[in-house]
Amino acid sequence: MSFGLLLLLLIAVMLVEMVNESAVSFSRFGLGFLTSSTWDPQQRVFGALPFIYGTVVSSLIGLAIAAPVGMAAAIFIVELAPPWLGNAVSALVELLAAIPSVLLGLWGIFVMVPFLRARVEQPIIERLPNVPFLAGPAYGVGLLAGCLILAVMVIPTIVAISRDVMAVVPKDQREAMLALGATRWEATTWAVLPYARSGILGAVVLGLGRALGETMAVTMVIGNRSEIPASLFQPAYTMASVIANEFTEATYELYISALIEIGLVLFLVTTALNAAARLLVWRTARAAR
Amino acid sequence: MTGGGSLARRQKLSSVMSGTVAAASGLTVLPLALVLGYIVVNGAVGLNLDLITHLPAPVGEAGGGMANAFLGTLVLVALASAIALPVGILTGIYLSEFGQNAFADTLRFLTDVLTGVPSIVIGIVAYTLVVIPMQSFSALAGGVALAIIMVPTVTRTTEEALKRVPPTIREAALALGLHHWKTILLVVVPAGLGGIVTGVMLGIARIAGETAPLLFTAFGSRFWPTGLTGPIAAVPLQIFQYAIAPYQDWHRQAWAAALLLMLLVLGLNLVVRLATRTGFQREQA
Amino acid sequence: MITMYERLVQDVAPQIPAKTPAVDGSGLLVRNLSAYYGEFRAIQDISLDVQEHRVTALIGPSGCGKSTLIRCFNRLHEVARGARVEGQVRLQGIDLYGPGIDPVAVRRMVGMVFQRPNPFPTMSIFDNVAAGLRLNGLAGGSQLALTVESCLRQAALWDEVKDKLRQPAMALSGGQQQRLCIARALAVDPAVILMDEPCSALDPISTLRIEDLISELKQQLTIVIVTHNMQQAARVSDYTAFMMANESRAGEIVEFGATRTIFTNPSDSRTESYITGRFG
Repeated sequence: MSFGLLLLLLIAVMLVEMVNESAVSFSRFGLGFLTSSTWDPQQRVFGALPFIYGTVVSSLIGLAIAAPVGMAAAIFIVELAPPWLGNAVSALVELLAAIPSVLLGLWGIFVMVPFLRARVEQPIIERLPNVPFLAGPAYGVGLLAGCLILAVMVIPTIVAISRDVMAVVPKDQREAMLALGATRWEATTWAVLPYARSGILGAVVLGLGRALGETMAVTMVIGNRSEIPASLFQPAYTMASVIANEFTEATYELYISALIEIGLVLFLVTTALNAAARLLVWRTARAAR
Repeated sequence: MTGGGSLARRQKLSSVMSGTVAAASGLTVLPLALVLGYIVVNGAVGLNLDLITHLPAPVGEAGGGMANAFLGTLVLVALASAIALPVGILTGIYLSEFGQNAFADTLRFLTDVLTGVPSIVIGIVAYTLVVIPMQSFSALAGGVALAIIMVPTVTRTTEEALKRVPPTIREAALALGLHHWKTILLVVVPAGLGGIVTGVMLGIARIAGETAPLLFTAFGSRFWPTGLTGPIAAVPLQIFQYAIAPYQDWHRQAWAAALLLMLLVLGLNLVVRLATRTGFQREQA
Repeated sequence: MITMYERLVQDVAPQIPAKTPAVDGSGLLVRNLSAYYGEFRAIQDISLDVQEHRVTALIGPSGCGKSTLIRCFNRLHEVARGARVEGQVRLQGIDLYGPGIDPVAVRRMVGMVFQRPNPFPTMSIFDNVAAGLRLNGLAGGSQLALTVESCLRQAALWDEVKDKLRQPAMALSGGQQQRLCIARALAVDPAVILMDEPCSALDPISTLRIEDLISELKQQLTIVIVTHNMQQAARVSDYTAFMMANESRAGEIVEFGATRTIFTNPSDSRTESYITGRFG
């Protein structure tokens, strides 16, 4: 029981320490820290907006790709596939989740990025030259690469949780819909998905939380430039990435404090999202019982 | 919801969606195949014994290995386990055996919250708790960071493993006159040991691959570790540093090390998966 | 000697009309029906004439295949993995298992009410009843509202819910939910309604209300009801089929006839044993 208290203590300590260390930066920049886009260690001016932008945009786009694909895979596993195939797909997706972030990043740098540059970005720039957020040049690394790698990392979360909440939808809900003359797809979308919707939403929110905090793979492919990218193909920066890249080079107190303040924001946001997500998933599990 | 349309059209939609959904499943498995494929191919090509027997060569020179990184990972994992296992297992025991109250629920909730904290943030915490007072990067700091990441996994799997022990076993022990704590330690925990061990393996698999929290705690090194109070290399950290550097030979070593790391992590996961399947069958019999 | 059951049945049994020849109307003509779960045959060679506009009860001990049998009538059995059906089920002269027949279309003609009330929890009372209509594109706008009201009236639920149609269906009591499910099934205008132990999860008062409902509904459609409750079968049905599992655990029809006959003067000794409670 005392170890349990230790856990409680740990989280409290975490919070306190981070707030403490952020204090220097906070007192200097106040809340404007979050809205200023000047990040200039030389001039000792720090503003976190480019990182917040990069984090939010890459996570949302990554999620926008991962959520439908993940939910579709979950539908396949639960409703359509024979058990052996469903289990196989589930197992493979879970293995994807086990791959360390740095290895995905390694693959990202040397395989995905060149592919994006040559086969995706360059052709798009040539075919659609005047679309503002698809403007070149084609680096390969950049916001798009970040979004894609995040999508890959978040899909297992979405699949696993959606699959679990859909599997506990009572059989007779589906059968009642079928008994009214529904096709297979209609039985899924009219009966199963609505029933499981809180849980699926929870899965998406958890996925978002994961995407926001993801560090290594994103750092290795997103380009690491502290300006808000004007186009999908330009380099960007996320909160986690700037901490990862610049922490050991932060030579004076304000610099470190600014980075820790970014960490604090990341901590608070992901924690809030996770708490909300757990509540949603928990609610569906309760309803099914 | 609005439906309607002829039956033929609705059936067509159903077939099309079934196909789409199957394709999406393929899409989710594709990245796994691609990543594993490239790691195996690129890693195998560059793999040689030097990787685990030699220290890194001077910067810019080809050759050398990552022996210090492999040792480092071993040390860090051992350190993290030494901290996380007692905390995690005991908390898990508490939650499983005494955990029907509001405090326990809060504890569970917080454990879940801890799982969701980005690992880089945990790195910051370890930095403030260990590196700053010690005025130096250290294996200790890295171990602490990894321990914080490991604790929730171990706690949760321990609790679940013990919850699956049938109540009849506990009742039998109590009926024989064993005190509550003795029952737990001598009877319940051994019964749930399989689950606890798999939880530990999962925890190890997770932290062995963690890089972010080590960036400014363990920090990395090109030499043998000088004890727990100095910086230390680790395999994922080394892979990261080599991958973003411009040297061709470093890239080769990064792929090769990735292959070995991958084998370790996936190996542990597969063992766990197989173990839980047979374990499940045994329980049903 | 008159048993307790016979006395009970004589008091409350409905008047059985003169035996009508089987017509190709809304009755179900079942011929040599067998249903399988993989290799296991759950029901064997069932032949039955379900009379139209009558209530037919299926009784028998647990596990004898009653539910499996009625799930063959609306082609719900085959939805389970590895399940299949052999034989014929004719409705209005059409074999429901014939080539080219879409099971989805069959299920509109043969509706089902389940053992535990299962309204769609994310939908309101109105939306539950309207679900089948919207799904099949059968009605829209004001027609939809009229049909919903009509079905709720037929299910004897209208007066209780007319002021709260937009409220969630789960706010209703168990008996009300089951009547809602009946209204929902009625909405798509089926020829037959199958009921799988519809009252087993309900209190006695709700049960009696639904039994009254069944007696009224048979004027418009054919009803097949599976029940464990023999008094219920005796009260509510015109015809009764008694099923039992044979040596290979496949269900068979032991005896079928007018309810009054089955309960007062069964031909088969097994039927008599069952209804007098010697096994269950």
